[in-house]
Amino acid sequence: MSIFIDRRLNDRRKSAVNRQRFMQRYKEHLRRAVSDIVGGRSIRDLERGGDVKIPIKDIAEPGFRHGVGGDREMVHPGNRTFAPGDRIPRPDEDGSGKGQGNQAGQGEAMDGFVFTLSREEFMELFLDDLELPRLARTVFGDVRQIKTQHAGYTRTGSPRNLHIVRSLKQSLARRMAAKGAGKAALDAPLPGRRGRVPFIDEVDLRYRHRIKVPQPVSQAVMFCLMDVSGSMGEDKKDLAKRFFALLYLFLTRKYEKVDVVFVRHTDDAQEVNEEEFFGGQHTGGTVVLSALQLMKKIIDDRYSPTQWNIYGAQASDGDAFGADPEKSRGYLEKELLTVSRYYAYIDIPSGGFPTTSPLWQSYQRITQPHFALKRVASRADIYPVFRELFKREAGISA
Amino acid sequence: MTAVRTNPISTGCDWTFELVQRYDEAIGKIALDEYKLDCYPNQIEIISSEQMLDAYASTGMPIGYSHWSFGKEFLRHEAAYRRGLRGLAYELVINSNPCIAYLMEDNTMAMQALVIAHACYGHNSFFKGNYLFRQWTSADAIIDYLVFARQFVAQCEERFGVERTETLLDACHALSDYGVDRYRRPRPLSADAEMARLREREAHAWSRYDDLWRTVPAKVRGKRDEKSGNYPEEPQENLLYFIEKHSPNLEPWEREIVRIVRKLAQYFYPQGQTKLMNEGWATFWHHTLLNRLFDEGRVTSGFMLEFLHHHTNVVTQRGFDEQGYGGMNPYALGFAMFRDIKRICESPDEEDRRWFPEIAGGDWHKVLDFAMRNYKDESFVGQFLSPRLIREFRLFAIADHEDNDFFEVDSIHNDEGYRRVRQLLAAQYNRDHLLPDIQVTRYERQGDRSLALTHRRHRYRPLSDESDRVMRYVARLWGFPVRLEVVDADGSEVAVEEYRPA
Repeated sequence: MSIFIDRRLNDRRKSAVNRQRFMQRYKEHLRRAVSDIVGGRSIRDLERGGDVKIPIKDIAEPGFRHGVGGDREMVHPGNRTFAPGDRIPRPDEDGSGKGQGNQAGQGEAMDGFVFTLSREEFMELFLDDLELPRLARTVFGDVRQIKTQHAGYTRTGSPRNLHIVRSLKQSLARRMAAKGAGKAALDAPLPGRRGRVPFIDEVDLRYRHRIKVPQPVSQAVMFCLMDVSGSMGEDKKDLAKRFFALLYLFLTRKYEKVDVVFVRHTDDAQEVNEEEFFGGQHTGGTVVLSALQLMKKIIDDRYSPTQWNIYGAQASDGDAFGADPEKSRGYLEKELLTVSRYYAYIDIPSGGFPTTSPLWQSYQRITQPHFALKRVASRADIYPVFRELFKREAGISA
Repeated sequence: MTAVRTNPISTGCDWTFELVQRYDEAIGKIALDEYKLDCYPNQIEIISSEQMLDAYASTGMPIGYSHWSFGKEFLRHEAAYRRGLRGLAYELVINSNPCIAYLMEDNTMAMQALVIAHACYGHNSFFKGNYLFRQWTSADAIIDYLVFARQFVAQCEERFGVERTETLLDACHALSDYGVDRYRRPRPLSADAEMARLREREAHAWSRYDDLWRTVPAKVRGKRDEKSGNYPEEPQENLLYFIEKHSPNLEPWEREIVRIVRKLAQYFYPQGQTKLMNEGWATFWHHTLLNRLFDEGRVTSGFMLEFLHHHTNVVTQRGFDEQGYGGMNPYALGFAMFRDIKRICESPDEEDRRWFPEIAGGDWHKVLDFAMRNYKDESFVGQFLSPRLIREFRLFAIADHEDNDFFEVDSIHNDEGYRRVRQLLAAQYNRDHLLPDIQVTRYERQGDRSLALTHRRHRYRPLSDESDRVMRYVARLWGFPVRLEVVDADGSEVAVEEYRPA
């Protein structure tokens, strides 16, 4: 009399909508939690999911319930020592004394509601509302690449595009039509016509049709420029690293392919690999211009702006001297900003240094909307700065 | 050991559809033919653990409307499951006709058999037999109604916005405990009838609409006097019902949503009242049925060991001072009580004859059946908890009185204490003791349209802080000022607070 039904193949994610609703509702909480996690986590495993915790009382659904106070009796099991009339000190009201245990609907004995965000959700929240500047234009508007693709068949074309099978199919159909149906009718006006139906005719010919489809450029190159002179200590490099890593993460999400070029400079610029970029201490002065020139050279050699979205990220303590800051500004504006999608500069001031560095002062005068600059003093600043950078830019380009 | 001719249904621990079916037949045969359990037909569904989580999140129903709180439940269960805090409870069964039970695919064969015995014959017969379920729920219509509710809420979300619908549901959920008729049998649910009623209501509004009415000057003074006087004449305990019918500001679709939450609360009402009995009954029967299978040699001793392992886990009652104590375990107490009743019938001792003269030595099956059909947790404990069990569980009562800064042990498992402990434990299962008594007492239809709720304090017990939020929800649903008046048992007023809709 029982019916058995195998439901295992049914939809498994019935609760997905509700889960989504929940996340929507507590977005603020989640965002805060994610922000905390990012602050404390090493950049290498930033892209993991994570456990987030929301205070129970924030998500509790209210109801009319009894509060503390008044008279009541409770029955419990497991008495070993008590006799009627014994007195037990009252546990603290907030403590989870045993008097509380029995109340219906008091919820979990946890102080926080903990649950796990998947990697995707984590990153989604992390990158939430960070719109890539001018991204829309690059991807959907600024068409730079053209790709040919099949688009059916045409009756005209060059011999090398002739599609033989298709053409013969046409010919077969034509011959069948001409010979088969209404044999009598065909024969009547033109006796013997059937014998003269050609095997292949010009109308049978079919050519492959190829059209050119504009393709959005889906590759980006990110230039990491960093001052590695003596004044850039480990702490500062660490900050810079986080900044680069975040930008990189962000780009990998938006582009299919992301190249990273590391350029370090003292008074002379070099292209290096990541390890050398972040490791190694160097001595020497600071000539920012050299790095910019090298970047320009690499772009010219390998990354044509028509095929690559170019992003620049520069980190420095801004400790430049003489004419260098002004020259750099000029070069940046004229040579690099014209080809870049976006260029960001972060200034990592030394502890007791005056509030503005020479480079900062110069860069501040750049007004192009796809240039941004920010000051970062501690690890906790990185994340908000990152958000602000893009928010500001998104606001301008919108 | 007597040599039993063994003919086990299966020996391995993996299950197949064929085996599950054969177990179901074997168990069903014993349950229905030998023990005469009266059951709905079973619909047994095999699901994955993920689907089980889904089902858990939507209070066990196979389908439900969307709301964030179900997402919260889902996340809570999921987190607990991942952490291994709780293996998913073994079974989930829905009070419907046919009775739907879920089997999880990761279960072993023994587990599947256990679940079949527990859910498909234990719970199933309880749903069909117990008077609360018979009176208060319509097992035939619930699934249809859920489908209707889901569609309706989805439509509202589309027409009026997700946020508006969700806030409304929040407000209704906060009051869902107060959306229950306790003394009146609700009309049976019917999705078709609901739809028809909705359409009718709307069509009526459209057909009666005439802009000219606006211009007709107001009149009829005499008639109004009839309406004066206190309204409602009697306090109303069903807050959601009152709001649905009388709220001055709700739109028709909002009323319908209030109604949906109310109807579902009504459906779940008996479950909260019979948790102890329901679980006890199902546990008693899976224990009995599987032991019978073993006696007949249809299952192996390996099967029995695994079953007993799970069974003991389920019926463990921790003492108040042990780790993991979470109040009385309904499985443990319920199982013990049903077993105890059987024992009293079969081999009563002197004490039992004194305490239970009318059942001692009777036909245990009849007595059990009678108890299952005609009691709820409160009355069941009040009637059938024996002194022997009080001793076994070492129950004791402590009193927490406001005037004392200490707890006092009220009574323990001794001759003077038995009745008192039993009475107090029964009261603990009384819904009225758990839920504050709040009723609608006044609706100023002639005045400012305000609504007054009265909280009658039970032994000076105050409301928790949450009531503030709940009252704001009430104000939102009502659309005009709402007052919460707190009175003591003797009727003297303690406090009044007014909430205005935002």
